[in-house]
Amino acid sequence: MRLAGIVVSNFKRHRLRTALTVLSILVAFVLFGYLAAIKKAFEAGVDVAGKDRLVVRHKISIIQMLPVSYEADIERIDGVKEATHASWFGGIYKEPRNFIPQFPVKPEEFMAMYPEFRLPPAQMDAWLRTRTGAVVGRRTADKFGWKIGDKIPIQATIWRPKSGGNTWTFDIVGIYEGAEEETDTTLFLFRYDYFDENRSFGEGAVGWYYIRVSDPARAAQIALKVDETFANSAYETKTETEGAFVKAFAEQAGNIGKIITFILTAVFFTILLVAGNTMAQAVRERTQELGVLKAVGFTDGQVLGLVLVESCIISIVGGSIGLALSWRLVAAGDPTGGALPIFFFPPGELVMGALYVVLLGLAAGAVPAIQAMRLNPVDALRRE
Amino acid sequence: MSNDTLVRLGGVEKTFRRGSEEIHVLHELSLEIPNGEFLALMGPSGSGKSTLLNLIAGLDKPTRGTIEIGGERIDQMAGRALAGWRARHVGLVFQFYNLLPVLSAEKNVELPLLLTSLSNAERKRHVANALEIVGLSHRAKHTPRTLSGGEQQRVGIARAIVSDSTLVLADEPTGDLDRKTGDGILDLLQALNREHGKTIVMVTHDAHAAKRSNRVLYLLDGQLSTELAA
Repeated sequence: MRLAGIVVSNFKRHRLRTALTVLSILVAFVLFGYLAAIKKAFEAGVDVAGKDRLVVRHKISIIQMLPVSYEADIERIDGVKEATHASWFGGIYKEPRNFIPQFPVKPEEFMAMYPEFRLPPAQMDAWLRTRTGAVVGRRTADKFGWKIGDKIPIQATIWRPKSGGNTWTFDIVGIYEGAEEETDTTLFLFRYDYFDENRSFGEGAVGWYYIRVSDPARAAQIALKVDETFANSAYETKTETEGAFVKAFAEQAGNIGKIITFILTAVFFTILLVAGNTMAQAVRERTQELGVLKAVGFTDGQVLGLVLVESCIISIVGGSIGLALSWRLVAAGDPTGGALPIFFFPPGELVMGALYVVLLGLAAGAVPAIQAMRLNPVDALRRE
Repeated sequence: MSNDTLVRLGGVEKTFRRGSEEIHVLHELSLEIPNGEFLALMGPSGSGKSTLLNLIAGLDKPTRGTIEIGGERIDQMAGRALAGWRARHVGLVFQFYNLLPVLSAEKNVELPLLLTSLSNAERKRHVANALEIVGLSHRAKHTPRTLSGGEQQRVGIARAIVSDSTLVLADEPTGDLDRKTGDGILDLLQALNREHGKTIVMVTHDAHAAKRSNRVLYLLDGQLSTELAA
């Protein structure tokens, strides 16, 4: 037996209490991992947003459309390298719960604007040849089992076709991959010209523009210039960085990041109290035994270490299992059925989780450990 | 101090403070204990027997005076040094055994050895030897709750001698035992003194137990009032 043997033996003392404490820590870290993935899902767009990309939308709201003619005006502004547009389609595939972000775009311009979407050249050619062609991200293709050549019916909720009914049928001509794990591979992209010619209203309108600037350092200045260009027109604009645009879009339902941080803080504070109380109780019950250890020659530091190690082991066991479980749960996929296109356990958060596990163990054990360290063996041995 | 003196206390005073009140437990107490002696400390409750034992064990510090054991001034030691000294030189036996309930008898006995640099095999050998001396080899794997009071006290004694300390301090070692079992423990302490050369200081209320010692000191109101031959 080494000193660790004493620590391990102590876990057998109140098995149920130890198990419940481990379980409470486990649940906290499952929550931590899962909420970290959700937070990341809301922030990922901001993180991967191009620093050289601006978004131009209607000054009043994103749901107000802009004229397609703005593209040429924008491209003439000094400092703008290229521009393209996209619009919100908002259709349904089979059932409302099958959420897929769908956008009519100009294929070459859009893929040039987003080089992180990797589409094989042959598939791009097919897209350019096929007016009803659509390109989907790998995640969406895998989710619905789509492959190239499939015909996909999408029910319109806003943009009904001129031909009547509300079904648009697209041919899958390509599947794009993401350059990085955080790249959104859930999009359903189809041709704007096909969409514009066949929609029953709103011809010549687009949702927003993307701009690539030649010098990111001049982005603010160019954004101002764009808005000045369309000032006092029927369609005034608001231009911002893509990161700000995505953040504003994600925060329509509130500041999710802050809400999640608040929840996690409350969870960890509660768990700290639970684990701290367990350790304090364990030390109180063992006062006399700790006195014996000191009497036979254990130093204050060794007694402090024993209690801290015990607290850390409880935290590490519960926290590790919790993090592993949350990893598995997150790997099982987006719980919303598509509303969180980028849903994964960020490796950085895993490292933070591991750090929190140790910090929780140290924090929960700190006060009882210091009490144990300061214990006077004579007083401790006198207690019955 | 003679070369044979193991413990020497000079003018030791111990005062406790309870609120604004000062309680003088030991007054100007001087004492020499020769190497190899079996000394019994007797006296009524509150006379300062256990306090004196704690001072000799290095568990507590005198308010005034000197305590020298084996040539070392333990009243001048502190913290880590004092803990280390205790681990090397003193074995403690308690009235209520004070075994760790989650550890087996052999693991309890091994505790003081965890602080040494002995290998696992060496520790096991020392533990087996100590348990054999107290006649409890066959109960090595048992936890305290499955041992009788007498057996638990034997485990406590094995723990006190496992690191081969010269000084064994026993605080009412038979106080929680019936006469017959207590006699067995006293036989063992006597054997440790006579056959293994341990110096033993035993606090007891029991005159019958005190008779087993070489010398009996009587404490009254913090002072050694009588010295009796056992």
